[in-house]
Amino acid sequence: MKEKLMSAKRSIDLKSLFQYWEWKLVLIFIIVIIVNSILSPHFLSAAGLVSATRIFLDKAFIVLPMAFVIILGDIDISVASIVALSSVIMGVSYNLGMPMWLAMIVCLSVGTLSGFFNGLLIVKFKELSAVIVTLSTMIIYRGIAFIILGDLAAGGFPQWFSFLGWGDLGGLPFMLVTFAVFAVIFFILLHKTTFGRKIYAMGNNLTASRFSGIQVDKIKVIVFTLTGLMASVTALFLTSRMGSTRPNVAIGYELDVIAMVVLGGVSTAGGKGRIIGVILSIFLVGFLKFGLGLQNVPAQAQLVIVGLLLIFAVIMPNFKTKTKIRKSKT
Amino acid sequence: MPERDLKNRINAASIVKFRELGLFIFIIILSIFIQLRNSSFLTLDNINDMIRNTVILSILSLGMMLVIVTRGIDLSIGATLALSGMVSALVVRENPGMNPILVVLLGIMIGLICGSTVGFLVSRGRVLPIIASLGMMNVFRGLTFMVSGGRWVSAHQMPDHFKAIATGSIMGINTMIMIALFIYLLFYYFVNYTRTGRYIYAVGSNPESAQISGIENSKILWMVYSLMGSLAGLSGVLWVARFASAQGDTAMGFELNVIAACVLGGVSISGGSGKISGVILGSLLLGILNNALPLIDVSPFWQQAIQGFIILFAVLVNVLVKRRVDRSNLMRRKI
Repeated sequence: MKEKLMSAKRSIDLKSLFQYWEWKLVLIFIIVIIVNSILSPHFLSAAGLVSATRIFLDKAFIVLPMAFVIILGDIDISVASIVALSSVIMGVSYNLGMPMWLAMIVCLSVGTLSGFFNGLLIVKFKELSAVIVTLSTMIIYRGIAFIILGDLAAGGFPQWFSFLGWGDLGGLPFMLVTFAVFAVIFFILLHKTTFGRKIYAMGNNLTASRFSGIQVDKIKVIVFTLTGLMASVTALFLTSRMGSTRPNVAIGYELDVIAMVVLGGVSTAGGKGRIIGVILSIFLVGFLKFGLGLQNVPAQAQLVIVGLLLIFAVIMPNFKTKTKIRKSKT
Repeated sequence: MPERDLKNRINAASIVKFRELGLFIFIIILSIFIQLRNSSFLTLDNINDMIRNTVILSILSLGMMLVIVTRGIDLSIGATLALSGMVSALVVRENPGMNPILVVLLGIMIGLICGSTVGFLVSRGRVLPIIASLGMMNVFRGLTFMVSGGRWVSAHQMPDHFKAIATGSIMGINTMIMIALFIYLLFYYFVNYTRTGRYIYAVGSNPESAQISGIENSKILWMVYSLMGSLAGLSGVLWVARFASAQGDTAMGFELNVIAACVLGGVSISGGSGKISGVILGSLLLGILNNALPLIDVSPFWQQAIQGFIILFAVLVNVLVKRRVDRSNLMRRKI
């Protein structure tokens, strides 16, 4: 009798523990690692895993602010176009004789401006959803990149620029180190500052937040501007890794980024989600794709797998809350 | 009081009509301008060509209109189109003797399956439309590459009567145009004169009250996405027959054009309103732009940005006009 009670208690504890989406992610993560290392002896070599981060971490910089955007209950699908635009403008301005450091600053400011423009439109035209605004700016930004460069490529960057994408810092890829710094910054921003609390409040109830004195518009503009800035950071790393740039770089990145955020447990209804989950899902998706690549799974099949994973991630909590409601009714 | 109400309504209605008229006038001015720059624009050949290029866009826009009317969006249709086109091209390659009508039905079936999957996720799984269709877009696009093994099906592998689906003619009119006209009429009747058609608008303009008044929202949503999918499936067959090649990346990004056509045609993204005539005019405008920009020596690299600006412009003007109407209605109420 006593034992039964105890076991029941323990299972409840376990249950509440596993209710955290992050723990499920950790579980899937471990499964991915185990399965991959069984399938391929090359997977678990530490050097391989660490350098694999170079492949997928470039998008990860956008995932962090995108989590903010989705917690707000909005969405930004123009990020890939911002990456392309800022990368192209950086490449062209370098090729026109601008010093590289200045071109990099130009890249960051183009991203910031594009994000600011998104935010401004969304705030000034509240009748429009963020989907439609960023959809049209997505076409416009990519279009401007095409106007500037056509079907040409810009490149020939100085040697030191490739350090961003390929260099090491203290034995770790420079990209990984930078990402870690940004992850900590965004963690503090979201979880330890009033700014972060305001984002959650706005995601839960925009009207109530406005009436309680939060400067709703200002925060929205800041978040979208931040997204633009981080998109241009991605542009820096991506361009450095590839060594040249074209107007059609980063096509489809917005989907990957949104998939990672949603998989990280950020609710698309807004107001829910944590940076830890998002970071976990970045590495989960990254290592999953890396493992699939080692198994010679074609890129198209990877598309299917990531798509299904995304659907699975969104639909799981929905069905759970449904059953919960049903239970509470009876 | 009722009289004043009626007046307001007339005012609002006239502005909506003005919108379509405005679009129409804009199209005419644009055509005249292009004609002045390049006289081969308004030749019968070119017009015929242009209309045939616009047919697929306009068919898809009708479906997308219904989706947007229910406050949703479907980004997966480009991938659905590619999948259905690819599968039907593969089937035709293996069975050259197959009846074209059967091929068309096959394409519609594939589209229906794809669309109802998205619809299921949206209506039963309560996934946001943009996320559901984004995920399924990946899946469909991946499947397209997988069934084809990454290879193309090209013109010489398709029998002539298959290509005739797009190039043939019935009573002197191109088959594709006939199909499109048939779909326009069908949709016009369905949306305006059937109960289910009106339900779609009810669900879109106020989901809660639609639910309370006994409409099964989730069924309507499911139906709308399935319809969208079927139209995309049909368009897939038409696309492959028209361009006589099926590729893995067919119609990549085409969903944006379709959404743009809807937005230009005055379909409100916040749901509940949209007219078939507007959507057809919207897709015609985009078709003209696509066709005419090369004719007046605008570099193809400018096309995307121009399209984007026109879409943004149309959306913003839409909002400003609506604000104006609302404000004038409020003012009148004061007096």
